[in-house]
Amino acid sequence: MSETTDGYLDMDLLRFTTAGSVDDGKSTLIGRLLYDSKNTFDDQLEAAEASSKRRGDEHTNLALLTDGLREEREQGITIDVAYRYFATPKRKFIIADTPGHIQYTRNMVTGASTANLAIILIDARHGVIEQTMRHAFIANLLRIRHVIIAVNKMDLVDYDEAVYTKIVDQFHDFASRLDNIVDMTAIPMSALHGDNVVEKSTKMPWYEGPTMLYHLETVYIGSDHNHIDARFPVQWVIRPHSDEHHDFRGYAGRVAGGVFKPGDEITVQPSGFKSKIKAIANYGGDLEEAYAPLSCTITLEDEIDISRGDMIVKGNNPPQKDQNIEAMVCWFSNSKKLTPRSKFHLRHTTHEVKAVIQEIRYKVNINTLHKEEDQSEMALNEIGRVSIRTSGPLFFDSYRSNRTTGSFVLIDSQTNETVGAGMIV
Amino acid sequence: MEDTKRHSYQVNHLAQLESEAIFILRETAAQFEKPALLFSGGKDSIVMAHLARKAFHPARLPFPLLHVDTGHNFPETIAFRDSYVAELKADLRVALVQGSIDKGTATEETGANASRNALQTVTLLEAIEEGEYDACLGGGRRDEEKARAKERFFSHRNDFGEWDPKNQRPELWNIFNGRKHHGENFRVFPLSNWTEMDVWQYIKAENIDLPNLYFSHDREVVSRGGSLLATSDIVQPQPGEKVETLRVRFRTIGDMTCTGAVESDADSLDQIIQEVATARQTERGTRADDRRSETAMEDRKKEGYF
Repeated sequence: MSETTDGYLDMDLLRFTTAGSVDDGKSTLIGRLLYDSKNTFDDQLEAAEASSKRRGDEHTNLALLTDGLREEREQGITIDVAYRYFATPKRKFIIADTPGHIQYTRNMVTGASTANLAIILIDARHGVIEQTMRHAFIANLLRIRHVIIAVNKMDLVDYDEAVYTKIVDQFHDFASRLDNIVDMTAIPMSALHGDNVVEKSTKMPWYEGPTMLYHLETVYIGSDHNHIDARFPVQWVIRPHSDEHHDFRGYAGRVAGGVFKPGDEITVQPSGFKSKIKAIANYGGDLEEAYAPLSCTITLEDEIDISRGDMIVKGNNPPQKDQNIEAMVCWFSNSKKLTPRSKFHLRHTTHEVKAVIQEIRYKVNINTLHKEEDQSEMALNEIGRVSIRTSGPLFFDSYRSNRTTGSFVLIDSQTNETVGAGMIV
Repeated sequence: MEDTKRHSYQVNHLAQLESEAIFILRETAAQFEKPALLFSGGKDSIVMAHLARKAFHPARLPFPLLHVDTGHNFPETIAFRDSYVAELKADLRVALVQGSIDKGTATEETGANASRNALQTVTLLEAIEEGEYDACLGGGRRDEEKARAKERFFSHRNDFGEWDPKNQRPELWNIFNGRKHHGENFRVFPLSNWTEMDVWQYIKAENIDLPNLYFSHDREVVSRGGSLLATSDIVQPQPGEKVETLRVRFRTIGDMTCTGAVESDADSLDQIIQEVATARQTERGTRADDRRSETAMEDRKKEGYF
């Protein structure tokens, strides 16, 4: 990319997910964020106004800005994870908008897997309920570092500070046990009226914290990637077979952790061959270094046999190598249960192996968050700890230390559907 | 894309989007037997081709470009397409909607608002079947339209080419599942997370050439159904319509019969970016094909549209 001093090149990217129960006002909140930050277009607004009228809504229903499919608009529900985009001069935002009802866990886990931050909505009238704890548990499980506790519908409790304080205290009591969450910010708001979403509320002078948008714009996410343990899963081998680049052999991939520089000594897994990085090739000129999450092409000093699914690593902290893994798994299939001895394709980074479930150690009761042992199966939307044996060794890190090299999906070999998501313990 | 300003391992938004798109392009090449990149000569497909060039540099693209040609193109688009393909040394395949009409598999619409837009689906599905393409890379973005907001990067199609929005594979982290049964195929959308603004900023940052239709110029147009359509052999003024010469540009480039122009003086990328930043209409707001009904895109996609 050419060097330029234009302001927009300084914009970074924040991905967040929204979690709330039905009627917590989640769609209204997103609609409000888009509307008040002037990220809605007239034709979208006109369509929402027309739909509101047809449905007989009193105000223009900002929630309709986010409903995508015909059935969703007809029934006023959200079926699937939908992605929304907006930008301010400081940041571009990607919202994974997940529904609050059926298939909730599957969708929230999906949305959370790529998020830097989670907004957990709480209805001020109801306080912390079972679902709030479930949302916080999933955010923590998926290793989302930043959480906003959005205490919504403050207008319906007379903007009362005592109500807000009690809810925040309740939440903290519970969330202190969630050790992946490093930053929790609570904000009292009314999405319907726009209090503390983009504009500071005049109704809650007792609140001195940031508005939601200000916090989204400024929260520090620079250290969310692992820049210590160098990991480069090879995606594709580039061999031009042309006269000009006759001997070129480049390993294309996306850095999953650490920093790679020309001259670095590397090891290739699983072969164990060692070499040095010759260059980090790039269209438009070689790079001085590459780090997560950049895509690049690495060339080596020695000609060694490397293919897709191999991993280039360096330093004294190699990934673990094992055919037996322990993982937290979320089950996605409504037609089949997860049971011991069932077999799958397991896809981990760019590598795929066969896998068999050895044992379900326990399931997490998603409502009480208690561990339930002696389980023989897991059903749709259930989460549990599972031991897995693979047909060949995996090179992995714990999910806690690296989201990319610590995660996998399970694919049903008959239907080819993605039926489970795993986080290596 | 190199981030030249920071040394704290922060990656700006365009570099992140580029890296993600390149990752998806390489996954497509690796996971499928016979992918193709859908190329119309519009800005999104030009950005796609540019990203593909970067993804596989210094090798050539490991897949052909496929143009589903309605025959109702702006001549500028075709001229640009041909010179760009020559520069890329890429393999271009053209599937003609006229071919489907001649075979009798597609029937031309009639009337003043007749469009070949819907017929493209027929030709696309025929081209996929004939070429045995198991993945078609498209430049579709989730910000374009409500139904697209729910679509996956790897979007599964059954052996009739249909999309089932309620039965999509969950996509977690950056793991993409392209496994399929014989006859099924995928549409792959590397630009899913880009917005119109990101595309323009990227074009500027990467200094990418575009057809001049995107820049302000004088053109004869008629106003029809809220769109400014360029007059040509294919779009003739109807009784009562007035042909005017206006200073216009196009925000999207598609079939001449349904791609509306906007009045604009923006004749540089900076001015276009400024215009996009203050626009009050989505870019598909200029597309008559999307305005046929509130679920027009969803319905077309279910049938197998791009």
